[in-house]
Amino acid sequence: MPTETTAPAAVRVPGAGVARSRPRRPRRPARAAGQILPGLLLTVFGIFFVLPLIWLLLAATKTDAQLVQDNPLSFGSWHALRQNWDALTGFQGDAILLWLRNSALYAFLALVITLAVGIPAGYALAMMEFPGRRLLLITTLVVMLMPTTTLVVPLFLEINAVHLVGSLWSVVLPFSFYPFGVFLTYIYFSTALPRDLLAAARIDGCTEFGAFRRIALPLAAPIIALVGFFSFVANWTNYFLPYVMLPQSNQYPVQVGLGLLLTDVPQFNPTAGNAAVLRPELALATLVAISPVLIVFLFAQRYLISGLLAGATKE
Amino acid sequence: MSSAPITGAAGTRRRRAPRPLRAGHVFVAGYVILLVAFGIIPTAYGIYFAFTNAGNRFAGLSNFMAAARDFRYLPAVEHVGLYLVIWLIALVVFVTGLALVLHQLPARRTGRTVRFLYYIPGALAGAASVMVWLFMLDPTVSPAAPFLRLLGYGTFSQVIQPGHLAILFAMIAFWTGAGGWIVVMYGALNNIPLDVIEAARIDGAGGWQIAQRIQIPMLRKWIVYMVILAFAVGTQLFVEPQLISEASLGVAGRDYSLNQLSYDFAFQNNNVNYAAAISVELLVICLVVAAVFVTRSRFFDAD
Repeated sequence: MPTETTAPAAVRVPGAGVARSRPRRPRRPARAAGQILPGLLLTVFGIFFVLPLIWLLLAATKTDAQLVQDNPLSFGSWHALRQNWDALTGFQGDAILLWLRNSALYAFLALVITLAVGIPAGYALAMMEFPGRRLLLITTLVVMLMPTTTLVVPLFLEINAVHLVGSLWSVVLPFSFYPFGVFLTYIYFSTALPRDLLAAARIDGCTEFGAFRRIALPLAAPIIALVGFFSFVANWTNYFLPYVMLPQSNQYPVQVGLGLLLTDVPQFNPTAGNAAVLRPELALATLVAISPVLIVFLFAQRYLISGLLAGATKE
Repeated sequence: MSSAPITGAAGTRRRRAPRPLRAGHVFVAGYVILLVAFGIIPTAYGIYFAFTNAGNRFAGLSNFMAAARDFRYLPAVEHVGLYLVIWLIALVVFVTGLALVLHQLPARRTGRTVRFLYYIPGALAGAASVMVWLFMLDPTVSPAAPFLRLLGYGTFSQVIQPGHLAILFAMIAFWTGAGGWIVVMYGALNNIPLDVIEAARIDGAGGWQIAQRIQIPMLRKWIVYMVILAFAVGTQLFVEPQLISEASLGVAGRDYSLNQLSYDFAFQNNNVNYAAAISVELLVICLVVAAVFVTRSRFFDAD
């Protein structure tokens, strides 16, 4: 079996045997039925995965009345979209923009720390020998397989004990701890960086830090992008941790903000007060909230689906 | 754990230079600090609270017993268990099936597009997916309204009645997560040597036989990996029921899952010891599953 399948993250360098071309099989008319069934299956699931998104896009362009009366898959009007946007930004005085800014700040700070800390750590685990390396590697693997939500309540107790609940760092620092990123970096350097290269550099008088800076870092662009991608998406979509850590609504990231908006939609929560949020506004808010991740997805599309990231997802 | 054959992919070459002894520690220092602060200390802290009482005295298993006797505990275990069964079966059957079908597609371009389309809902992980599905499950606005009415559900509260929640949460989780796993499985299928498949084809195997006899057995470790991770994530169910409880006209309680119950103990009942007890239970489940997988599956063994 090729080694790529045995490592959970078969991170390959772009260009190095990316897509293995399969020979086209001639289509035989007798097997037409065998072609229709798979096509049908893919279409049904295609509708399941995509229809809610199309509906969401269209819902943001409607008034609440249109949402109920018109065809669910019809376009409303630009005017209604504009009105929904005005009403949405009117909620608690531009709260949605503040939440987006918060999300961006938390995700960005955590990303910077994750990379600054995780890339050297993964590199050292792969290329250097030091006491405790094996223990650190096993711990990383085990922690990596644990969902981030497992530790939220204990983390709250800890952060509460040091009186940091409600601060920026109560969210950013736990976000920055990203063992999966360290593991991906470890796999990347152990497969992509020849040890002889480092040995040569050492013989030429390079220090360990020099070797990291001059040899490893210039080769690290793909893994920095990969770890950055997963870290950003994971942190942007995280709900539970900020929900617990941040009591003030002006500190919410946009995910938690969506929850607050939801409780003000009368159709979903009859006890909603007078600051009612209409359903199309909630749809628009959802769209706005996911747009940064969607944009990242579109840019990463080529890599995401080419199988290059085989094994590299962790929910 | 000592039997874990963990080596790098280049691990066959055992000639590591002994020279850089201390430099390695400097490289991992930052990560180790985060690991201790946000991995190990909270674990220890949770365990401490789980085994002490409000007066900080050792309490044995009394917190665990008391939490388990709470009237909400057993239902929460049942809910999460049912949800896990539905979700894991759906993942294994459909992800494997769709990956195999996609792999057989002669048109590569179509395959790429389809994989990307399936992957997109992953961008809505978390609260956003719940928003979308609240709309999808409300017959007054849903594009699937005819289908919902066909099943006999005319109102939102009929659709999200308590008996339906496990399957609905499984559907939401599948919607956001399946695409990523399909990509992973597809990548794993690409790594099966072509000559093996060709040999089977020359011997007269059809597409179904190739899938059954060659591809699925060779995918098995990936399927196990998926089930393990999905199981661990599934036990943590929180966002979906929490948001639904806020939006369900009181149909769904706010103590549907174990994590919600832990949250309620900590923040509604001010009983951090019970909360910590439940957290520790969830933690132990995930730790055991992860440790068994890492040490026994040979998945992280590069040879």
